[in-house]
Amino acid sequence: MKQDSGRKAVTISIRGIVQGVGFRPFIYQLAKKNGLSGRVCNTSGDVKIEAEGPSESIHRFLEDLRPSAPPRSQIHAVDWAYSEPSGYETFQISESVRKEGEYQLISPDIATCSLCRAELFDPKDRRYRYPFINCTHCGPRLTIIEDIPYDRPMTTMAVFRMCPECQAEYDDPLHRRFHAQPNCCAECGPQVELVDGEGRRVDSEDPIAAAASLLREGKIVALKGIGGFLLACDATSTEAVRLLRTRKKRPFKPLAVMVPGLEEIERLCHLSEPEKALLASPEAPIVLLKIRRQDLISPDVAPHLKYLGVMLPYTPLHHLLMQEVGLPLVMTSGNLSEEPIVADNREAIEKLGGIADYFLVHDREIHGPCDDSVAMVELDRTHLIRRARGFAPDPVHLPFDAGEVLGCGAGYKNTFTLTRDRYAFMSHHVGDMDNLETLLHFERTLNLYKTLFRLNPRIVAYDKHPDYLATRYALQLAGRDGALLRLPVQHHHAHIVSCMADNGITSPVLGVAFDGTGYGDDGAIWGGEFLLAGYDRFTRLAHFEYVPLPGGDGAVKKPYRMALAYLYTLLGEEIFGRKLGLLEELKTMEWDLLKAQIERCINAPMTSSAGRLFDAVSALLGIKKEIDYEGQAAIELEMEGTDVAGEEGLYPFRIDALEGREVIRLKELFSGIIVDLEAGTPNSRISAKFHHTIAHLISTVCLSHSQKCGQKQVALSGGVFQNRLLLRLAADHLREAGLEVITHRRVPCNDGGISLGQAVIAHFTVSKGTDAHG
Amino acid sequence: MDDKILLAHGSGGKMSHELLKNTLLKTFNNPLLNNLDDSALFSLSGRLAFTTDSYVVTPLFFKGGDIGKLSVCGTVNDLSMVGARPLYLSLSLIIEEGFPMADLETILVSTLKATEEAGVKIVAGDTKVVPRGNADQIFINTAGVGLVPEGINISSRNARIGDRVILSGPIGDHGIALLGEREGLRFAPPLESDCAPLNALVSDMIEASGNIHSLRDPTRGGLASALNEIAESSRAGIRIYEEAVPIRDAVRAVCELMGFDPLYVANEGKLVAMVPSSDADKVLARMRRNRYGSGATIIGEVVSDHPGRVVMKTPLGTSRIVDMLTGELLPRIC
Repeated sequence: MKQDSGRKAVTISIRGIVQGVGFRPFIYQLAKKNGLSGRVCNTSGDVKIEAEGPSESIHRFLEDLRPSAPPRSQIHAVDWAYSEPSGYETFQISESVRKEGEYQLISPDIATCSLCRAELFDPKDRRYRYPFINCTHCGPRLTIIEDIPYDRPMTTMAVFRMCPECQAEYDDPLHRRFHAQPNCCAECGPQVELVDGEGRRVDSEDPIAAAASLLREGKIVALKGIGGFLLACDATSTEAVRLLRTRKKRPFKPLAVMVPGLEEIERLCHLSEPEKALLASPEAPIVLLKIRRQDLISPDVAPHLKYLGVMLPYTPLHHLLMQEVGLPLVMTSGNLSEEPIVADNREAIEKLGGIADYFLVHDREIHGPCDDSVAMVELDRTHLIRRARGFAPDPVHLPFDAGEVLGCGAGYKNTFTLTRDRYAFMSHHVGDMDNLETLLHFERTLNLYKTLFRLNPRIVAYDKHPDYLATRYALQLAGRDGALLRLPVQHHHAHIVSCMADNGITSPVLGVAFDGTGYGDDGAIWGGEFLLAGYDRFTRLAHFEYVPLPGGDGAVKKPYRMALAYLYTLLGEEIFGRKLGLLEELKTMEWDLLKAQIERCINAPMTSSAGRLFDAVSALLGIKKEIDYEGQAAIELEMEGTDVAGEEGLYPFRIDALEGREVIRLKELFSGIIVDLEAGTPNSRISAKFHHTIAHLISTVCLSHSQKCGQKQVALSGGVFQNRLLLRLAADHLREAGLEVITHRRVPCNDGGISLGQAVIAHFTVSKGTDAHG
Repeated sequence: MDDKILLAHGSGGKMSHELLKNTLLKTFNNPLLNNLDDSALFSLSGRLAFTTDSYVVTPLFFKGGDIGKLSVCGTVNDLSMVGARPLYLSLSLIIEEGFPMADLETILVSTLKATEEAGVKIVAGDTKVVPRGNADQIFINTAGVGLVPEGINISSRNARIGDRVILSGPIGDHGIALLGEREGLRFAPPLESDCAPLNALVSDMIEASGNIHSLRDPTRGGLASALNEIAESSRAGIRIYEEAVPIRDAVRAVCELMGFDPLYVANEGKLVAMVPSSDADKVLARMRRNRYGSGATIIGEVVSDHPGRVVMKTPLGTSRIVDMLTGELLPRIC
């Protein structure tokens, strides 16, 4: 052994998001700065460093790692040990090493960074106006990667051979584009092209400028972005927006808009500092903002709503287009109703040909299609409504090792979750699982994540609803391979546990799970649930009383049926003596059938759904009797109650004990609303009073159970908590009652979060079972 | 004669004999049955098809039929769906004590008429009477034998890629009509069950093409279940077009109002066929000349995509997966 007391060698392994974010150049420079020799390389699992030099330099190097790491990196673990010096003379970046079974974290796609943006608009830069400019700080990642390690041959950029200039940047350890896998320029990289509705090339000097003028003329243009196609039109033109709606057969669903800059957004919407930061973040999601001025965009963009989904340009192509157009543009997912986002050029023309007049396409293939994320800032924190671009596939960090589990999710807004070590890899938003395309998208995305993270779990968790396609998928998997362990998980238990895991909470909480539909342990449709929930079990403490859901999903699409189900079940024939608009328009034959359904439960499962309660009140007030998009009736009810000043009072309700649980009776609540309606009280006041009542009801039930069981933490989950008015009021009421409020953050409170809860519950259920067997 | 069925009618004694002689034999008067041996004796040669089904239905009498007609049509249709020419049926009655004799006679007459229409004979039978509450009025079991013509090979396993999916007429009539009768709902316009024997239609189809691959009558579980069974057995995908599936306005309206999906509603006089595309037009034309196939139409095709799955193209252009249901139709929208 050499005895050079001053000179030491170490091997270091760094885990986290450390690939595709300029990490090796950073290590190279840090090593140089500290006068160390050695090498750094990516493996399938980590970044591996061997460093040699004076002992104190090595320690300085180790100390500086975390504080000076590149902005897009995340260091989760640094392991190091002294080793035998190998006598390196310089510090080098060496080839990636692939290790079987090892995995690494993959960076999400990142919005164009400020340096690239400056170059994009700099006439002297060689990438001036080149729509695919990127560097180690920004650009596509998840959507182009096919396998690990994250190197160019493993991406859809493999087909583009770098020109000498790009190659030189790529090879230069001190360059911002050192090993930037999608690195390219106008000489060697992807190109944009404008084509018409039949796929014929439209000649133009500048396809982006040409697309911009078509948009200004009121045309609909489908743009191929980073994760798929977006349908764009002039958001200030009611005519253009209506044309898009007609062609997409979506009369009311709110559309997102892209606005050139924060200043323009601030004219349009109220903007808090956290909202500004979120909009301009590398994730650059669609943020739901309170509308300030209704006259700056067409009222048809978000009909009857007080919030607007807004985003900033997040790819160079968007930046160029927005600069050319100079108008807010509607940007909505390029898909047929309910299907996944279209990502392939040919498929786009086939499927969107009836919607878009022109297509702005490019030849960088999208391997993993990914939608835009949607977020809101409420209660001073970011809440993700749809977790996709910019966020996935960053894992949710768990406060425990979850082993390897697959959670298949539920039905609508679906995601899946794969766990490994202390990570939960939640997929990006997959969509509503009832068509073939979404099922295939689910399967492909699952295979991609399994490949990227080298996972093939033996434990599979799924929802108890027997007819969800994700449930069927889980059961079919088991059919193919008997060694799988399959676990059904109750929907609302999964909701609450997803909220706990999102917040790193491990001890049981009081859970309020309010949503539209979830299959209950008793075969009824649950949805207004108070649980005492831990990772491996739950107790149903209280719920809204059961009413029939006449016609199942039929009553969801026609909330007036739900209103009648409540009124007739709770108040009986008495309602016909009341002056209610809802009854006046009812046709005799329809009422006869509906009444029979309600009385005899013909195709009318029993439900305790909170979502349906909001729907029913909305219909009773005449706000929305039939819906065009999920949650519309409840959302428009929320809008009525938003910004209502003054004390509203509360509607009465009762809580009865029944078979060891509590049932919340709503007869008095509905009577109260009817009295107000008959007295001519405006809808806004009734809605506000109703929201206050539900918030008060939540805190009343939670407080009484908290006093019994001692739990002080209340987790709020389920799609109903996307209702910002309710979320704020519930948090206020609970805090006033001395309880701690736990809300979602990075994991959606809607069914997009279910898969995480399922995976965690399955892990704890299985490991507990194993313990019990010794 | 008694006006109600008594336990003694099933005792095997004198009253049983009288019931047999005065009611059953009088109705189904034919030499094979009249022998009154313990078994019917007959000779057949060729490939035989043999099936049985039990019929329990509420209410017993409904617009378009009753339990008697249903018990003949059901078994005749089961035989027909493998291409067999139905010949002989057995008829076994389990009657609840106190069941009105007049109703029994009505049911038997209607049973007879159905056999006459289908050209089959009841050649064996049995009657049991159970104490009040041990059965719901009357249950009927029929079994049937038929002869499969030479060269015919029809099976759920035989659907081939490229086959056309032919449906013999509008779906959902039976299920919705029965629902109305059972629950006392008044539909405007009123609906009638489509209960009918399909053997003549099938033999017309076989005459038009000796190459029909699969046949299925979409009874319980509706068209969706029938198609899923074929897709699964044949390991092929089936694609249908929502706008091509015929549904009467009245059925559609009730389904819409009550939240039923017509694809899952029962039929008793419809069939779905998988026919090679080259023969589809011939078969279709022939079907339309038959009263039970006058509404026949092509609703889709067998495809290589999504083997084992049934997918329905919606007017929006999306592809809805039409799965078999686990149980009742349940809400899914969150």
